[in-house]
Amino acid sequence: MNWRAIRALMRKDLLTVRRSPAVMLPLIILPVILIVVLPAGLGLAARLLPEAIANETSDLQQLLESLPPSVQEQMVGLSGGDSVMIAMLVYLFVPMYLIVPMMVSAVIAADSFVGERERKTLEALLHTPLTDTELLLAKMLSSWTAALAVTLVTFILYSLVVNLVGWQAMGGPFFPNLTWLLLVFWVAPAVAGLGLAVTVLISSRVKTFQEASQLGGIVVLPIVILMVAQLAGIVFLGPAITLVLGAVIWVIDTGLLWFGVKTFRREELLARQ
Amino acid sequence: MGHMSESSKDLPPAIRTRNLTRRFADNVAVDHLTFDVYPGEVFGLLGHNGAGKTTTIRLLNGVLGASTGQAQVLGFDPVGQGAELRRKTGVLTENPSLEENLTARENLTIYAELYNVPTAKVAGRVSALLERFDLTDRADDKVGGYSKGMKQRMALARALVHRPALLYLDEPTAGLDPVAALEVRELIVQLSQKEGRTVILCTHNLVEAQRLCDRVMVLEHGKMLALGTPSELGAKLVGRQAVEIEVSAETLTLALNAFKTIPGLADVQVDGDRIKLPEIERQGIPEVIAQLAAVGVHIFSVTTEEPSLEDIYFALHEKAEPSEDASGVAAEEAE
Repeated sequence: MNWRAIRALMRKDLLTVRRSPAVMLPLIILPVILIVVLPAGLGLAARLLPEAIANETSDLQQLLESLPPSVQEQMVGLSGGDSVMIAMLVYLFVPMYLIVPMMVSAVIAADSFVGERERKTLEALLHTPLTDTELLLAKMLSSWTAALAVTLVTFILYSLVVNLVGWQAMGGPFFPNLTWLLLVFWVAPAVAGLGLAVTVLISSRVKTFQEASQLGGIVVLPIVILMVAQLAGIVFLGPAITLVLGAVIWVIDTGLLWFGVKTFRREELLARQ
Repeated sequence: MGHMSESSKDLPPAIRTRNLTRRFADNVAVDHLTFDVYPGEVFGLLGHNGAGKTTTIRLLNGVLGASTGQAQVLGFDPVGQGAELRRKTGVLTENPSLEENLTARENLTIYAELYNVPTAKVAGRVSALLERFDLTDRADDKVGGYSKGMKQRMALARALVHRPALLYLDEPTAGLDPVAALEVRELIVQLSQKEGRTVILCTHNLVEAQRLCDRVMVLEHGKMLALGTPSELGAKLVGRQAVEIEVSAETLTLALNAFKTIPGLADVQVDGDRIKLPEIERQGIPEVIAQLAAVGVHIFSVTTEEPSLEDIYFALHEKAEPSEDASGVAAEEAE
């Protein structure tokens, strides 16, 4: 494996992404809205919820009651509005956060495979000594590392927001908990891998970056299902389930990567030109 | 013309193909090509757009796999040993294929690393190439802002960053203004003659091919129509050519009288002591010279005007598709 060449290609891809507003804008705007603006707004709104409504709204009550004991313990002594806020920020936003690594890796992978073809820069790259596997690996690693970086920065921002919004109610910093740490360092990298693997599989079958990133959006579906399941009280992402969820996704990633390396031929990338 | 000498032909060929064929779902892009390219040669691939030139390069460099047939390039199998082979080849793709958001220096540095140029040599080699291709002043500007000629020079610099033994140049002067095109042609001559690299030049510019190539292969619909030096092809395919004969002033009248007796040669032009025969069968030239000598004409020189590649190209075209007119527009029934 020619790691120097792989690193060179990764650097090229990451430099290109950094200097491309069409790719950078969604990478900045979406995480900021999803993970900073939305939770801050919702959290504050829940806090300001009149006590009477918070206590009487049966759906909210039901939701709070369905939370596992560990989360409920955190909320002992909190007002109705504060309980809803903490439930949202610490618990309900878990699946939302997973959208970030998935989307970032999918967008960068789409740019790296299909965007490169659109910009007509691919041909020269295919004529370099990189083997098919090195080419695929370099392109996957660049999307993956970028996704991890964005995910980590987003997590730091989210931690700041959650602690700031909940400070008064909780009397000090209380975030992240174990589930979130597992989420960021175990599940998010696996989810980023899933997003990019699916996009890479799609990439050799579509013509434009737009098509690739739209189709790549399909991978968000399992996250939406997870979100609904959690709201319905079917699943709760505590540390154990988070650990298992991560393991399942890693297994899927490994399978997709194996399939990708086995089937990827550089000429497939040319075929759609 | 390239660096090829007779001795180059004794060396193992830089490229050897046997019945190289590539089919796509709905067409045969390269159809049973069999040819050798000698080391140090400038070898032209001639043909219209879609004739199969770019696909041939992709096959030879292991970017595409052949459907059937074999190729050996610099001793490597392009498919099985593609990575090793591509370390020794440089490609100027039809589109410059540059990262426009990166600077010239970044583009070259990254490609030097992709081609495994030793780390200690990268910076020096990049600077030397920027200097050689007159890009030093703009080295740290994004390539997207370059003129077409600069981009082409930049792409050529990139193709040379690892000092390849074999260079593929796909339409290197397409879309360039005459000055920029001339610069690129001079570079090709330099790369071949001074540096001894083997160059495969894809072009549909016949004048360019004639100026630069030792041998040319003419392609149409993926098939080889002809292969040889421009003059060999001319002799073979364009039967009639112009000949200029310089005779002594005293024997000029003698010569002109002789021509009157040779059928088909009444239409000669005279310029001082030179007699020009605008169209004569190539096979008939020795006979004409012998007849002039027999009647006592003093011949100082005989110059044949080589047919241009353009003549050859159209001759081939007519041969391949007799139903097409000279401008190459296909008649409906030929479809």
